[in-house]
Amino acid sequence: MNHESAMSETSPNSLSHSSSATENSAASEENLRSDYIKICNFNFFYGSKQALFDISMDIPEREVTAFIGPSGCGKSTLLRNLNRMNDLIDGVRHEGDVIVNGQSIYDPHIEVISLRKRIGMVFQKSNPFPKSIYENIVYPLRVAGQNKKSVLDETVERSLKGAALWEEAKDRLHDSALGLSGGQMQRLCIARAIANRPEILLMDEPCSALDPIATAKVEELIHSLKKDFTIVIVTHNMQQATRCSQRTAFFYLGKLIEFDITTKVFGNPSQKQTEDYITGRFG
Amino acid sequence: MHATTKDTSLTRTHAAAGEPFVWLTAMGLTLGLLMVIGLLGIILANGVPVFWPKKVYEVTLKAGAKNPVPGGGESFAGELVQTRTKRIPVLTATGEVETDQKELQYFVGNKDVYGINFAFVSRVDIEKQALPKDIYSIERMEYGDAFVYPLDLTLADGTKIEAAVNPEFPSLFADAVKASNALRDEIGHIEKKEIGRINAQINDLKVKGGETKDSLNQIAQLEAQYEKLASDARTLRQEQQAAKITFRAPNGTIKTQPISEVVGFYQPNDLGLFQKIGIFLHNIWSFLSGEPREANTEGGIFPAIFGTFVMTLLMSIAVVPFGVLAAIYMREYAKQGILVRSVRIAVNNLAGVPSIVFGVFGLGFFVYFVGGGLDRWLFSDYLPTPTFGTGGILWAALTLALMTVPVVIVATEEAISAVPRGMKEGSLACGASKWQTIQRIVLPASVPGILTGLILAMARGAGEVAPLMLVGVVKLAPSLPIDGEFPFVHLERKFMHLGFHIYDLGFQSPDSEGAKPMVFATTLLLIVLVVLLNITAIFIRERLRKKYATGAF
Repeated sequence: MNHESAMSETSPNSLSHSSSATENSAASEENLRSDYIKICNFNFFYGSKQALFDISMDIPEREVTAFIGPSGCGKSTLLRNLNRMNDLIDGVRHEGDVIVNGQSIYDPHIEVISLRKRIGMVFQKSNPFPKSIYENIVYPLRVAGQNKKSVLDETVERSLKGAALWEEAKDRLHDSALGLSGGQMQRLCIARAIANRPEILLMDEPCSALDPIATAKVEELIHSLKKDFTIVIVTHNMQQATRCSQRTAFFYLGKLIEFDITTKVFGNPSQKQTEDYITGRFG
Repeated sequence: MHATTKDTSLTRTHAAAGEPFVWLTAMGLTLGLLMVIGLLGIILANGVPVFWPKKVYEVTLKAGAKNPVPGGGESFAGELVQTRTKRIPVLTATGEVETDQKELQYFVGNKDVYGINFAFVSRVDIEKQALPKDIYSIERMEYGDAFVYPLDLTLADGTKIEAAVNPEFPSLFADAVKASNALRDEIGHIEKKEIGRINAQINDLKVKGGETKDSLNQIAQLEAQYEKLASDARTLRQEQQAAKITFRAPNGTIKTQPISEVVGFYQPNDLGLFQKIGIFLHNIWSFLSGEPREANTEGGIFPAIFGTFVMTLLMSIAVVPFGVLAAIYMREYAKQGILVRSVRIAVNNLAGVPSIVFGVFGLGFFVYFVGGGLDRWLFSDYLPTPTFGTGGILWAALTLALMTVPVVIVATEEAISAVPRGMKEGSLACGASKWQTIQRIVLPASVPGILTGLILAMARGAGEVAPLMLVGVVKLAPSLPIDGEFPFVHLERKFMHLGFHIYDLGFQSPDSEGAKPMVFATTLLLIVLVVLLNITAIFIRERLRKKYATGAF
């Protein structure tokens, strides 16, 4: 594969295995891939309108990568392409490729359903199903054909603990999920996203509809999840990006302007546009 | 506040506030409500009193009255139906003068004696009007009610009880009627159920077994059974006919009838409130549970209620999957474009096709083509007697399902498109396939909307008559579509229907004036049935709506 060339063409990857990812869990694993998600010369069109222009980037394994940029810059579009969610929209078209763990997601042999099983997603608006908390969490297992009660029970507990919702929800697992508060619902959606042990977790502005306390909880959660998952998060909140992510990509008008270690992007951006954006001069 | 005080032009503010249009809309609603309430009021006011026992007047006419007493004599007895004003010539000292006169209409009963059911009398012709306490209203199997004075009762053992002498007479009469009614039920059971079953078996053997010795033997056995049952029934009937009642009609005619002809009786002018309520409830019950008699103008309408109910149920079973699947394909799978748009328009237009056209289609397609094909394929032994190749409850239900399917499609499409996009995406992001998403997320969330469609479809289907007349409804069905005879559900049978019953009673009956109360009562019942079906569906929908309330969006 063109693994080597990808390494060289993108920004400083030698430092990519930043402290937290390695110290937490990688003891048993050999070296983590620095190009776990590899986006190669990716162009994307809504009908005739081009939304993404020639994007190439490598997202490393078990780190939090933040996408920032003004509204309409294409960061959500790119995120939604990683699990092919954009396929649902009529008249879309793409060029280039996205390679996850060495395999193209557009490979005709790969089924989009199995791809989405490997890539969990949390949406901007929490979208619990009108079912019980329990059924919400086991949904990914049930659609995969897993109906064994012991497995389901174990999954519910693990996911809710993983999403820091266990203490609040353990006594009402069979109540409707719609009775939860906004922040709890979003954490429930995270629990659902991690229930079937995906490899990657995509988060599309997960905190934009939450109050500061709920936001803090979700951020804490992101922090604890990164030891098991590769996380890509889209956010409008630059403080959030600095708090949660190891790497930050700045998009503007469908182009990737800068992609680097978060502290560098915010502390010493190499591009003028990035600096203007993060200092609030536009956007 | 400031702005309004400055603006002094009254007309402008009124127009701006749109108040005339608010009034207009309110008027429109009021008009609609008034019409609906008026219609329901008329039906209620005419339908409910049918069951309430009315007083029976004995009317004596003056000599030389314009309209003579029906059946001759000086007096007659009857229930007052209505009083109306009529301009009629009256003989006075100065000759005939046209004046407004009250005319009274009585239901006189005793059709066997009088030959008519109603008497119209001018008030001026009435000599006297009395409420005799000892008059009986007797409900009979034939010729309708009789308003008579009983003379004596002859029991089966020959004992004669004089009504005038024996104070026990009413209770003895009631016992005799009760016994006869029990016998009638027994005879009915033998003749309809057991003999019917044996007939069906013999018919079956004749068709299938042909001339083989085995089948001939069996037929002979069955015929022996038949003979025995028939003679049982004959014995019972003789027993039933042994007791007799003799009565005198108000005009003096004396008549003797076997008790077997009597269904029930009461003394209309000698009733307390509770007795009246008892008779009222009894009448309602026998109306709801009984079989029709005398060209449907008397007795109950149970077969029609049952037929309507079963047909509506079958229609719902057929229309929901059909409509829902079509809607899912159109909304979720089909590529939205000109083709889908025109299909949608066509579906909406289908709802506007006159129902009789659906009836003709049902007759041509379901009855002759599908039913005829089934007959040739599965029931060829019975031909030329058609089994499915003639109108039946299944074809009627399918025809109505076809007629109401647009309603369900439109309602389902709306419900599906109202399911939040985020929920579908959430499901897909969990690794669910599109079909799993539809099945587990979209459909449950749209069930309330689908039920709304079903409610509308049922309301339309249950009240429809015209297409049914072509595809299987009959005046009088010999047996119900569901009964205790194997295979229990007989989809090929013809059935009775409340809507058709109304039409038949009101416009096809030999005595439509006499059938009028029944028409109102049946109409009332049809409305009640539709309302009940709707309330059930609404109840289910509300429960589901609570369950699937998407409060998060």
